[in-house]
Amino acid sequence: MTNHWFGRVWPIALWQMKQDRVRIPVWIISFLIMTVTTATLFESLYPSAEDRMQLAHSVVNPAITALLGPAYGVDNYDVGAILAHQMLLLTAVVVAVMSILIVTRHTREDEEDGRAELISSLPVGRLSNVTSTLLVQLIVYITLSLFIGLVLVSINIPSITVEGSFLYGAALGVTGFLFAAVTAVMAQLSETARGTMGLSFAVMLTFYLIRAIGDVSYDPLSWFSPLGWMLESRVFVENNWWMILLMFAVAFLIAMIAMYLNAIRDVGAGLLPSKPGKPHASKWLKSPLGFTIRMQRTSIIAWTIGMFVFGATYGSVLVETDTYVAEIEIMAQMLGEDLGTGFELIEQFIVMLGAIISIVATIPMILSMYRLSKEEKNNRIEQVVATTLSRRKLIGSYLLTALIISVLIMASAAFGMALAGALTLDELAFSTAFNAIIVYLPATWVMIGLAALCVGLGKWKGLTWLYLGYAFIVIYLGGILEFPSWMKSLSPYELVPGLPVEEMNWSALFGLIMMTILLIVISLQLYANRDLKG
Amino acid sequence: MAVLETKGLTKTFGEVEALKGVDLRVEKGEVFGFIGPNGAGKSTTIRVLLGIIRANSGEAKIFGQDVWKDAVDLHKKIAYVPGDVNLWPNLTGGQVIDYFISLRGAQVDQQRKLQLIERFQLDPTKKCGTYSKGNRQKVALVAAFAAEADFYILDEPTSGLDPLMERVFQQCVIEAKERGSSVLLSSHILSEVEKLCDHVAIIREGAIIESGSLTELRHLTRTHLYIETEASVDLSGELGVFEWKQEGDGFSFQVDSDSLSSVMTKVSEHGLLKVESAPPTLEDLFMRHYETGGENS
Repeated sequence: MTNHWFGRVWPIALWQMKQDRVRIPVWIISFLIMTVTTATLFESLYPSAEDRMQLAHSVVNPAITALLGPAYGVDNYDVGAILAHQMLLLTAVVVAVMSILIVTRHTREDEEDGRAELISSLPVGRLSNVTSTLLVQLIVYITLSLFIGLVLVSINIPSITVEGSFLYGAALGVTGFLFAAVTAVMAQLSETARGTMGLSFAVMLTFYLIRAIGDVSYDPLSWFSPLGWMLESRVFVENNWWMILLMFAVAFLIAMIAMYLNAIRDVGAGLLPSKPGKPHASKWLKSPLGFTIRMQRTSIIAWTIGMFVFGATYGSVLVETDTYVAEIEIMAQMLGEDLGTGFELIEQFIVMLGAIISIVATIPMILSMYRLSKEEKNNRIEQVVATTLSRRKLIGSYLLTALIISVLIMASAAFGMALAGALTLDELAFSTAFNAIIVYLPATWVMIGLAALCVGLGKWKGLTWLYLGYAFIVIYLGGILEFPSWMKSLSPYELVPGLPVEEMNWSALFGLIMMTILLIVISLQLYANRDLKG
Repeated sequence: MAVLETKGLTKTFGEVEALKGVDLRVEKGEVFGFIGPNGAGKSTTIRVLLGIIRANSGEAKIFGQDVWKDAVDLHKKIAYVPGDVNLWPNLTGGQVIDYFISLRGAQVDQQRKLQLIERFQLDPTKKCGTYSKGNRQKVALVAAFAAEADFYILDEPTSGLDPLMERVFQQCVIEAKERGSSVLLSSHILSEVEKLCDHVAIIREGAIIESGSLTELRHLTRTHLYIETEASVDLSGELGVFEWKQEGDGFSFQVDSDSLSSVMTKVSEHGLLKVESAPPTLEDLFMRHYETGGENS
């Protein structure tokens, strides 16, 4: 009977581990590095109790609470408390992402691609696959918990206690297992891997938001989110192990539900009725531009929200510029020699943030442009080019999409930073912070033009990424490494006037726009005249 | 005026010569079979014809217009179905059909589109990611046949279809022909080509080695014969006789078309009891070219 349900669980588990022999260790090692570096960084950033108290003052605000959770132990904000507050929730969310990706791969994706069918034709139990997946995840997260505990103990920071270290690891591990179980349930409900991931991420986001609202309003709402329970463990401050036990119990229950649901359904089927899609294309979808935007809809929305949060995060720490910049020598060097004080310093910081945020915001624009190459690689371009759509219009619709994305994402990042900055810092005008980012828009267009050029050529796509990396290094390390000015001026981002410190320079922006137009004209010409691959 | 005419098309990819002078001619209203094994250059030729890749030399014209320079204008009159249909996994079949039709700038008869979806038994509400190869091909076929085109370019369009759907496809081709459209059908399903095509061209290693109507081509090949005679007979050494085999009470063999009458004379000397003959199939024709290396081309 057990064989009927659980036959060959272990061979399957081993087989899964073999498939993940690189993926899982890379994840675990990244978590270890991330945790240790931030812990030691906090230790070196805030050596004295005074520094830490200053930090404690700045973090008790709704924005930070919503983002990172409530700060526990602010009256004695030691490195342990700082680590738990600043890093635990964010790390846990990334652990949850890992869970969702890996579990989807071994459950619904295997089923969708027909691999599960091959396995179930062998003498294995009906529940063996889902059980093995969960078992492997359990082993992975126990390992992760122990290793996190061990490395935290090993860095030897007084406030990072042995008990707290292992609790910190356990909090991460149990979150991972909980989301593994949640994803396993979703894999039973949805018929596709995409759907499974979508549902699981939606659950994660809901838990995160419930907790954010609950934490900000100090009401019991956070108790409806496992992420809220995790933070209630108050690692390094009170060390509530009960919360972890509660989470494990709930995770176990969810895992049971996943197995039950797996038992009552057919292989390949989903429990949620797969709702029929639209049998017709809307008018919007029928136009090449509408089609291109529709295909990128999800990533456009995700990046817009992501960049808003990114901007807001930086905006909310502007108040802290003095602490961050003045006391960290490296930071001061990054900003250059003529370091100001007070608000002047904040303005310099804003200039650098504007550049960095716009470089990060360029990533989705390049990705968007490169989707056209992906269409070619995936052999979907042939049928499109065989219609009356001209190649110039085809690449044009991708260019236009990338340009729309650039405006949307830059505006959202600028809005995020300006809003959070203006709310937390009285001297800062909304428009000052907003303009500091939005002024970089023409520089991002040059990058879009370059990406289009590579698509036009049909090769050397790494070039755009290299150039973006170069621009980042020039800005981020230019001060420290003291690059000559000609090296700096090779980056389009350096040609943009650094508002609000520098004067507005319309001709520089105009030059960048002319450059973009030139790149676009060349890329259209190239694309229209080359052989397409697929 | 020919619908399609190519002269000496060549195309090289790096060192590889994919096309070495391809000459094709498709007349108005005919279904033209384009056959050859994988890697012979069928798809490369078709991609040149669609202006997806540019020939190194030679001339290719459809309706008298250059396939590269006038591509966009030409594509108004062309419908294309690739052999390997790749679609967007997160759109439904119905959405993709509408998108393709609208990109062709063609007027769609909704009734006709729905009818085709019905005939091909396609579920247009399903996401393309869940379609099998055959279903993806149906999407491309419906998009191609839903709006009328003057010239259909079909590159192994039935490789994933079941026999029933293959028949629906064949009806679509016949209907297109009846409307006066022309069809270039690349295939390696020879029975399909035999059923549908008026003219056939065989491509091998980037060059056309044989071209003509099916009847013309049949003359170039051997007839299958089965005979039973009163007296024993052995023609195995005879000129133009191949694969002489005893089969039951008689013999089966193949005869070159030009040796047929002399062989029949010989056979009748032995008192012919029974004779069965089968016309050469396209497969024989095809195999002959590939076995002999096509030296008679």
